[in-house]
Amino acid sequence: MSVENISFSKEELARYNRHIIIPAFGIEAQRKLKASKVLVIGSGGLGSPVLLYLAAAGVGTIGIVDFDVVDDSNLQRQVLFGVQEIGQPKVEAAKKRLAALNPHIRLQLYNTHLNSQNALDIIREYDVVADGTDNFPTRYLVNDACVLLDKPNVYASIFQFEGQASVFNYVNKDGERGPNYRDLYPTPPPPGLVPSCAEGGVLGVLPGIIGSLQALEVIKVITGVGETLSGRFYIFDALNFESRTFRIKRRSDNPINGEHPTITELIDYEQFCGMRAVEEKPLREITVRELYDWQVNGEKFQLVDVREPHEYDIVNIGATLIPLGTIAEHAGQITRDLPVVVHCKAGSRSATAIRELEQKFGFTNLYNLKGGILAYIDEVQPELTKY
Amino acid sequence: MATIIIPTPLRKFTNNDARLEVKAGDIQGTIRELTQHFPGLAKHLLDEQGQIRSFLNIFVGDDDIRDLQHEKTVVQDNAVISIVPAIAGGIQI
Repeated sequence: MSVENISFSKEELARYNRHIIIPAFGIEAQRKLKASKVLVIGSGGLGSPVLLYLAAAGVGTIGIVDFDVVDDSNLQRQVLFGVQEIGQPKVEAAKKRLAALNPHIRLQLYNTHLNSQNALDIIREYDVVADGTDNFPTRYLVNDACVLLDKPNVYASIFQFEGQASVFNYVNKDGERGPNYRDLYPTPPPPGLVPSCAEGGVLGVLPGIIGSLQALEVIKVITGVGETLSGRFYIFDALNFESRTFRIKRRSDNPINGEHPTITELIDYEQFCGMRAVEEKPLREITVRELYDWQVNGEKFQLVDVREPHEYDIVNIGATLIPLGTIAEHAGQITRDLPVVVHCKAGSRSATAIRELEQKFGFTNLYNLKGGILAYIDEVQPELTKY
Repeated sequence: MATIIIPTPLRKFTNNDARLEVKAGDIQGTIRELTQHFPGLAKHLLDEQGQIRSFLNIFVGDDDIRDLQHEKTVVQDNAVISIVPAIAGGIQI
């Protein structure tokens, strides 16, 4: 729908009144917001304030990409979610919160991991992208997809006490295109210089600050009000409360839109960065000794065996049999109220089952039996049949 | 003297100093002086060929040294040099 044809109900006019009465903003800018489609990639620390403010501001269509489920360690900074949402897919939890905040907008959910196969199809539908991802492979993927599709990319990133923001691939009123992430950082850090997540961390309020700036820039890109951060690179150090804004430029050797582009389609970004986009959380494990202690102490828990029926017939330790291939359809047989120990022959299939149950169904009470039934036989019941 | 601002993840190599005073000269000299004082920084600032790592940007004042004279960029007295690494959520140099 063209911007001229956008109209507002009485309720919307009341809701957006404080925008409309700003002389430099007015009903025109509000119409542009309602007509716009913004894709927010990542609904975590940065995505939370971005989504809340864009929804409140009246962006007409908001797409949300996130494959994750809400975890209790998210709540320190991801202000979209509450305790009741733990275990739910983030996109679903976000939709519930945002729809309650503003019923006049449309929300489109992508409960998936953005990758080279789906990125162009998803991003193509939107006018502006807000990149709130937390890893380098997805960062470069979003950058390249936005350049290939000619979309402005509002960038923000955080680490511990520092935040960064810019607007990439933005074409200004004079038709001049600004720099993108590859102009700023041609390559990511080599994996050897990337410490584990445990060494990272982030002060919870920092994504609130930087994500709010990101929402501001999205609104400026859509409405054309003010000067965006295109061609400028903003950094904020929360520890000493210093912010600096640097000038950045396009570079002739940029491989995606420099003078001699070598990237003409999306590539394998995990290979490019030498790292996985999705860092797997360590599984919770239980040793066979601990399991034995639970059994003899009469602890309440459920034991699930994900091997095949013929293996179960050879030897079993009284678990509920749900073969790995059927785990999704029988997820309802697995309790959420007690600890659940999942085992297989040696521990690998049960790990796969746990990942699937956590990712698809949001289970948070699963333990992998280390070493599987073989270890159990070795250490607890050597009289049982090994195979 | 010029001032060099160290980003948080590299402060563990500078005894947690966020700002260091360095002699004016050029960026190459500044980096050399810095890595002599704090040898742990070298691996993070320079690659195997001794070039500034491409996931680090160095700004003198508001400008990227790649838009000035790269490592030969002159550092005036009172200049402020910022080292700004690529960051991405939970992972970092």
